[in-house]
Amino acid sequence: MSQRDEQLKLIDIEIEKHKGDASSLMQVMQYSQDIMGHVPMDVQVRIAEGLGVTLSEVYGVATFYSQFALEPKGKYIIGVCLGTACYVRGSQAILDRICEELNLEPGKTSSDGLFTIEATRCIGACGLAPVITINDDVHGRLTADDVPNILKPYLRG
Amino acid sequence: MELFRSHVLVCGGTGCTSSGSDVIIEQFEKQLAEHGLENEIKVIRTGCFGLCEAGPVIIVYPEGTFYSHVKPADVKEIVEEHLLKGRVVRRLVYVEKGEHPDAGKPLDEISFYKHQTRVALRNCGVIDPENIDEYIAFDGYMALAKCLTEMSPQEVIDLVTEANLRGRGGGGFPAGNKWQFAANSKSDKKYVICNADEGDPGAFMDRSVLEGDPHSVLEAMAICGYAIGSDEGYIYVRAEYPIAVERLKTAINQAREYGLLGKNILGSDFSFDIHLRLGAGAFVCGEETALMASIEGKRGEPRPKPPFPAVSGLFGKPTNINNVETYANVPPIINKGVEWFHSMGTERSPGTKVFALGGKINNTGLVEVPMGTPLRTVIYDIGGGIPKNKKFKAVQTGGPSGGCIPSSLLDVPIEYDSLVEIGSMMGSGGMVVMDEDNCMVDIARFFLDFTVEESCGKCTPCRIGTKRMLEILDRIVEGKGEDGDIERLERLARTISSSSLCGLGQTAPNPVLSTLRYFRDEYEAHIYDKRCPAHHCKSLVHLEITDDCRGCTACARVCPVDAISGEVRHKHEIDTEKCTKCLSCIEKCRFNAIIKV
Repeated sequence: MSQRDEQLKLIDIEIEKHKGDASSLMQVMQYSQDIMGHVPMDVQVRIAEGLGVTLSEVYGVATFYSQFALEPKGKYIIGVCLGTACYVRGSQAILDRICEELNLEPGKTSSDGLFTIEATRCIGACGLAPVITINDDVHGRLTADDVPNILKPYLRG
Repeated sequence: MELFRSHVLVCGGTGCTSSGSDVIIEQFEKQLAEHGLENEIKVIRTGCFGLCEAGPVIIVYPEGTFYSHVKPADVKEIVEEHLLKGRVVRRLVYVEKGEHPDAGKPLDEISFYKHQTRVALRNCGVIDPENIDEYIAFDGYMALAKCLTEMSPQEVIDLVTEANLRGRGGGGFPAGNKWQFAANSKSDKKYVICNADEGDPGAFMDRSVLEGDPHSVLEAMAICGYAIGSDEGYIYVRAEYPIAVERLKTAINQAREYGLLGKNILGSDFSFDIHLRLGAGAFVCGEETALMASIEGKRGEPRPKPPFPAVSGLFGKPTNINNVETYANVPPIINKGVEWFHSMGTERSPGTKVFALGGKINNTGLVEVPMGTPLRTVIYDIGGGIPKNKKFKAVQTGGPSGGCIPSSLLDVPIEYDSLVEIGSMMGSGGMVVMDEDNCMVDIARFFLDFTVEESCGKCTPCRIGTKRMLEILDRIVEGKGEDGDIERLERLARTISSSSLCGLGQTAPNPVLSTLRYFRDEYEAHIYDKRCPAHHCKSLVHLEITDDCRGCTACARVCPVDAISGEVRHKHEIDTEKCTKCLSCIEKCRFNAIIKV
């Protein structure tokens, strides 16, 4: 069984648990996103059928909440906090520098599938402002100059 | 019960965890075991201590020694010197700015803590949030027991009403009134909701309460359930707060195990259970009707009120909804009474308020002060003032719904009504300080950019109006502002405030209106003189190297676009055509020879 089939099986089990319960739509989608990293169209169809809601409702929820991704994201997701506390301490310059270093725009994934850059909302680590996250690693109290060194270990893939 | 001679409290809040407090705890456990101290000394991961700037922070009791900026490599020394030999590790003790390095004081004498009164944060940084016994040892669940055994539901509501506990989420609506409305609604099913969708950028009060004292919220929700006649509650929490989510899960399971949630609580005929729902990154879900739509699994779009949630809320049933900090105030009010609560704060706004202090301030962190405390006390006495001797320009409160308060108003007491009078609002408690380098037009643009992104799109004034305002602001900061732009902004602001469906749109123009009110000259400088007084807006400044340059080449080496040239020991030049104004060179220059003009 391929990895994708295994993922789909897990998602089917989760859908079965909530069969016919429209109010659990977001929970099932969050579960699917955790498993696959995004919620592709065929999964949305399964969820719609299982929970007894229309596909347009599923798609509506998927596109309303910024956390749901319809396309796969990069291996490393770089989140640059643009909360107020980070912004006034210069996080825009850090975002600009990361984009420049990786030659990539915010919200986009690099063609090699390695990086996705996201301008994120406040992650609440304002004491460390300005802050970026790379997957689960947090880097704080940065200046734009620190960017190349921080990215270096991830560039190897 | 086991007794320990020392307790090592390690902050496990998001800020300190981000800078490695997990590894520090591991190191402590390892080092203590190596020295055979694991039965003498206990390591506890607590919630946030508040002074995030000094993180990761550690307190050693019984001495109350406050260590700051601790690194995993320092643990060995703390164990071998302090815990084994009783010698405090001086170099790691927190010292206030301007004090002698040996002046490390106990926690309650440090200025950051001295001016605070902790009610909502009473247990944060004190107890182990993952251990219900510790919460119980600090009077936890006593208020619930008192309500169930000694008070009628109406008496509980009357007490909360009399206390005049106002909604800490920002609006300041009296919680007791809300509870009364929900109690008055007749229905076979009612719900209690905790709004933990803390979306204001730069605000993390609720997260810290959930991380540091989750049981206080559960207890208060159960009390509310008893008061209004509900048996089911939901906590809607941001998915961006993984630590808070985990601790809530643990707390709910423990409370169920102890019979403090579930059927027949404490042997009474009152039953109440709580579910957790995660947000998915939509700011508008902090609005109560949008939040309820989201719990129902739908797009989080607000709907018109009335009907209010107390009449028709979640799944169409009467619902009471309060925010985290409001709930956290309820158990102490029940335990200690109305008079105690009124002894803090002002007549119109009794009690305390938690603020997340951030931005250009020395002591970034969480502070809780009595209502009515002047902004100046929070920023200078507790916050320690502005770093690098810069000049204070403004403090932003209320997030994207609030406004910027200038230095002339720093003595205004902080309470709901006084902040509204000066064009800002309390909001949930974000307080972001700005100095002379921050451009107020750009800050207004920043908030509008946020609202445009987060507008749900349901009503036209918010969806299209805020976009038009942003376009004007974008033009102004790019140096393309025109005569009449200020008036256009004001006209749009009035229309959007008066005609938007929900609070998000109604308050969206506030950052623009308040900056126009206090910093109009900055707008005019951008529009008419094509000049940014704070030298922030990239299109309106360029960099120059002055005669102070010694030709050390540091700037040329750091420039990512090779815009700086010059020979060693000779004055360098910047090619303004190539320069991207990333400012790396200014940071590198040791002679302050690069200036913005």
